[in-house]
Amino acid sequence: MLNKKNMLMTIVFALIALVLPLVINAPYQQHILILVLIWATIGTAWNLLSGYAGQVSFGHAAFFGVGAYSAGILTLHYSLSPWWGLILGPVMSMLIALPIGAIAFRLRGPYFALATLALGEIFRLVFLNMTEFTNGAKGILIMPSITSKIIYYYAGLGMLAVTLLVTYLIVHSKIGYYLVSIREDQDAATSLGIPTTLYKNLALLPSAFFTGLAGAFYMNYVAFIDPNIVFNLTNISIMVILVVMLGGVATTWGPTIGAALYIIMGELFRTTLGSANVLVFGVLVCLIIMFLPNGIAGELDIIKRIAQRKKAGLSGGV
Amino acid sequence: MEDAWIKFGQTVICGILLGGMYSLIAIGMTLIMGVMKIINLAHGALVMVGMYVTYICSTNYGIDPYIGMFIAMPVLFLLGCLIQKYMINRLVEVDSILPENQVLLTVGIMLVLTEGIRLFFKSDYRSVVTSYSSNTVFLGDMSISVPLVIGFIIAMTFTFLLHMFLTKTDLGKSIRATSQDRDAAVFMGVNSSKITMITFGLGAALAAAGGSLLLPLFYLFPDVGHLFTAKSFIITILGGLGSTWGAAIGGLVIGLSESLGATYISMGYKDVVGLVMFILVLLFLPGGIRSLVKR
Repeated sequence: MLNKKNMLMTIVFALIALVLPLVINAPYQQHILILVLIWATIGTAWNLLSGYAGQVSFGHAAFFGVGAYSAGILTLHYSLSPWWGLILGPVMSMLIALPIGAIAFRLRGPYFALATLALGEIFRLVFLNMTEFTNGAKGILIMPSITSKIIYYYAGLGMLAVTLLVTYLIVHSKIGYYLVSIREDQDAATSLGIPTTLYKNLALLPSAFFTGLAGAFYMNYVAFIDPNIVFNLTNISIMVILVVMLGGVATTWGPTIGAALYIIMGELFRTTLGSANVLVFGVLVCLIIMFLPNGIAGELDIIKRIAQRKKAGLSGGV
Repeated sequence: MEDAWIKFGQTVICGILLGGMYSLIAIGMTLIMGVMKIINLAHGALVMVGMYVTYICSTNYGIDPYIGMFIAMPVLFLLGCLIQKYMINRLVEVDSILPENQVLLTVGIMLVLTEGIRLFFKSDYRSVVTSYSSNTVFLGDMSISVPLVIGFIIAMTFTFLLHMFLTKTDLGKSIRATSQDRDAAVFMGVNSSKITMITFGLGAALAAAGGSLLLPLFYLFPDVGHLFTAKSFIITILGGLGSTWGAAIGGLVIGLSESLGATYISMGYKDVVGLVMFILVLLFLPGGIRSLVKR
């Protein structure tokens, strides 16, 4: 029953998303929608590793940046279309995820978080300093072959849809239940015979894959990257955490809601408040963590449940 | 050959002097980590706010940075107490999916502090000019900048005073008791919530002190805090969690390795040295320097 309702909601959302760029045809608004799609993809990918499996990563900028640089370097050194980066980027991100996982999964909780933070920063510094290969702080500028925003919108929508679908399938399979059990109590999970490191890696690899995909897409869309943009600790690694916290950790739609709020609010406040837009976002995040610790989508379930309980109580009374 | 030795000596001394000031910041973080068991990712932002307080004192009222720090410290003590009491402490009772939500809140606080400062001071690079900031003292043939020496001496004095405070006074002993075993401390009549608040304030005040000492050496801008957050958590892990002396030595090690890295590897990779060391320590020496001493 609930599943059918969810399905219906998903179809309605999908239809709205498909029609939206036809209704809103100003390039600026379409640009905002595309940014929402990119952020929702990163958020959903982060959510798989950190929300469901509980391994809070502070280093997702490494995957985003490697994805973006894969696309950029293909064009810079091999004169290939950066669209090939959409294949190479995610694969490279998965490749670097293997050693990152091997190092960081030896650690738990806050130490895992700090190790990923350090690894992400190492990637930024290395890409900044390998000037011959990456152009260093000058960054990589490409000439985009497609300029129509609508095409980017639908490509981004497809990317988000695949990410959401794969995440949904993983979470609702045996792997998903194992991941949640690792988050809730790793020792208990181990004692029940779950190979925790293997399953953490099974969460990390798709997470890295889709973050890298978002990075490669970003390179194609924005057409300029430098290490301080795509490997940025605050604006990527930490922002994705806050975006997902805002929307709802360990929920299907939480990251998308968070991304939409983050980008749209940012743009609204940018015009009215100037540089204070990030400040307002920060205050909002603090309030959300303090009063709605599981984010908007996470608490929505609780609110719904309370409403349903009330309804059940009423009908029982009658 | 002679020149190479001078270069080496100068690198080592500058590294140690700089490391002493990093230590002071990291000790603040380690105190907070000891008592609250969380990594305070807003620590660098507190350093940054402290630097701005000293900066205002210096440019608007002509107060020397080394005196201005005694204004910045109480201000940050108060700010730290308020943040702990009204924000982080509230989360103890809140139930959430991710156990790290106190850490995530400190990230939110970091963002608010950084952007709040940016609102008032813009992203401009600022610096404090004092009559002695470009002076140097000579040690043999090695020249060493005066602010480094003064900063190091003050930082070491503070570390010593803090050590006396933690070992000799009732309040200090209560802080150590709370960090060793909160429940046992509560049974012995320690008001743990008050102690936690004071510790956070103290950590923030030490951050301000370290920041003020570094003010004559660094450019000041709202994002400078990230640099200090990264350095102080590296030092804290390196020194062993919650260990004051471990953090002091860890600070010297990081200062030294950065200075050597900058001279002998390259300026761009000097931060990589610290981060790689950090990961190696996390993996192979999880107790930090403290565990080596105890062994």
